[in-house]
Amino acid sequence: MNPGETPFHATPLEQRRQLVQRLVRMLLLCVTLLLLVPVLGILGVLVFEGAPALSWSFLFDKPQRLGAAGGIWPALVGTIWLTATALAVALPLGVAAAIYLSEYARDNRLTRLINLAIVNLAGVPSIVHALFGVGAFVHFLHFGESILAAGCTLAVMTMPVVIVATRESLKAVPKAFREACWNMGATRWQTIWRIVLPNSVSGILTGVILVVCRAVGETAPIMFTGAVFLRLVTPETVFDRTMALSFHLYTVSTQVTDVPRAVPFAVALTLILVVLAMNSIAIWFRMRLRGRKKW
Amino acid sequence: MTAPAPATGPANLVTVRGLSVRYGDHVALQGVDLDVREHEIFGIIGPANAGKTSFLRALNRMDEFVPRMRVDGNVTFAGRDVRSVRNLYALRRQIGVVFPLPVGLPLSIYDNVALGPRLAGTTGRAALDEIVERCLRRAALWDEVKDRLDGLGSLLSGGQQQRLTIARALSQDPSLLLLDEFSIAVDPVTTMRIEEVLKELRRELTIVLVTNLVQQARRLADRTAFFLGGRCVECAATDALFGGGARDQRTNDYLEGRFG
Repeated sequence: MNPGETPFHATPLEQRRQLVQRLVRMLLLCVTLLLLVPVLGILGVLVFEGAPALSWSFLFDKPQRLGAAGGIWPALVGTIWLTATALAVALPLGVAAAIYLSEYARDNRLTRLINLAIVNLAGVPSIVHALFGVGAFVHFLHFGESILAAGCTLAVMTMPVVIVATRESLKAVPKAFREACWNMGATRWQTIWRIVLPNSVSGILTGVILVVCRAVGETAPIMFTGAVFLRLVTPETVFDRTMALSFHLYTVSTQVTDVPRAVPFAVALTLILVVLAMNSIAIWFRMRLRGRKKW
Repeated sequence: MTAPAPATGPANLVTVRGLSVRYGDHVALQGVDLDVREHEIFGIIGPANAGKTSFLRALNRMDEFVPRMRVDGNVTFAGRDVRSVRNLYALRRQIGVVFPLPVGLPLSIYDNVALGPRLAGTTGRAALDEIVERCLRRAALWDEVKDRLDGLGSLLSGGQQQRLTIARALSQDPSLLLLDEFSIAVDPVTTMRIEEVLKELRRELTIVLVTNLVQQARRLADRTAFFLGGRCVECAATDALFGGGARDQRTNDYLEGRFG
């Protein structure tokens, strides 16, 4: 330090460091803002193009002329059926597997193999899942082409997401809590039920959100397992076949002639609104849970 | 090979013969022979990595949930070889454990203390109320929390959480209480309060107190063992040990702060 300088005077080296720090911060901010462009772009186009065609009668009426006119009610209901079925299958199985892997399994070759399989299952293209669903659920288990078969196919596809999200949130519960509980004479399951699971709900809900997002949007896995081009009545049991929004979007965009330009956009907008509506419940729950600091 | 208890002294609650603890290839403790008598505070002192915590872990079979931990030798608790105990849950109910860092579970203060009795099947509200109040009083925490028993135990201050941990450990009326450097995350005032609690508890149960504070052992322990490098160097009455009666030079050096 030169005489006369205060100890707080920045040296040239420090000045350069601070400059770099500011530049990095700006760069990262720009990249983050860039991510908003596609999101806002998609929403903007959908709202701009689709909103004029969106109306109560569009939502609640049956399609006419193969979807070129009328509404989308059977597809809307069908999508909810499919998503609910997928969730009902994927959530319990995925959470159970995650609990086993995180709380019971020792770190051995089998566990590592299972973890590898889960990662790879997440990377399998959805059309391959569709083929598996046709073979396993439609034919082998005799579900036929039905909501059940399609929902199970969606469940297999989304299970890895549930497992990974749940496992991570289980791991976030401190080991000390478990040991304290075990030392009180608790079994592993008592510890999981009383301490670990109640503090992992937010991660499990993240799994729910991810399942809903994918299950609502996917077309390929349901095309051959339960979704139909046109079925004017809403499903009554899981053994019915059904229309679905994603598949409907595909048909009105590519297969049907004379469709007004706004209709596919309105279907897509509805699709996104369904995702948002279903997720907002889970998000609301999660926010309530996160609001309370537990440790 | 069990040494007979002194004819006049109290019976042994814990006897340890040839105890070795390994984590994979690392030997943490070897060839330890010790007795813990009923209704005494048994102090264990020694520098880091002396094997003090491993000793505690072997007593209530924590090797079951520490991966790669292996215990050899013979440990009996209340006359029973702990390695032959099938019902480890019952064993752990009889042995309370307090770790260095306080563990307030993310439950209400009430539920923290009621956890053990509930796990063991106690459900009556009145019975639980009684246990919670009694244990919190014994841990010198009742007066501070009696008006907010439904608050989260994990949000108490460190010293309060440690007393909550002690209350929880007492909730199943253990006959043995293991304390592992309980004062590490606790302020001096709370430490003194807990020490008073321990002196009271000696009348009802047996305490093994692992501590890195030599003076804490001197204040509390009836007998003290000095551990060094995975071995028990010596074990004697605390007064004798601190009164210059240590047989091993290393013990004297440690007590006088020449290393550690």
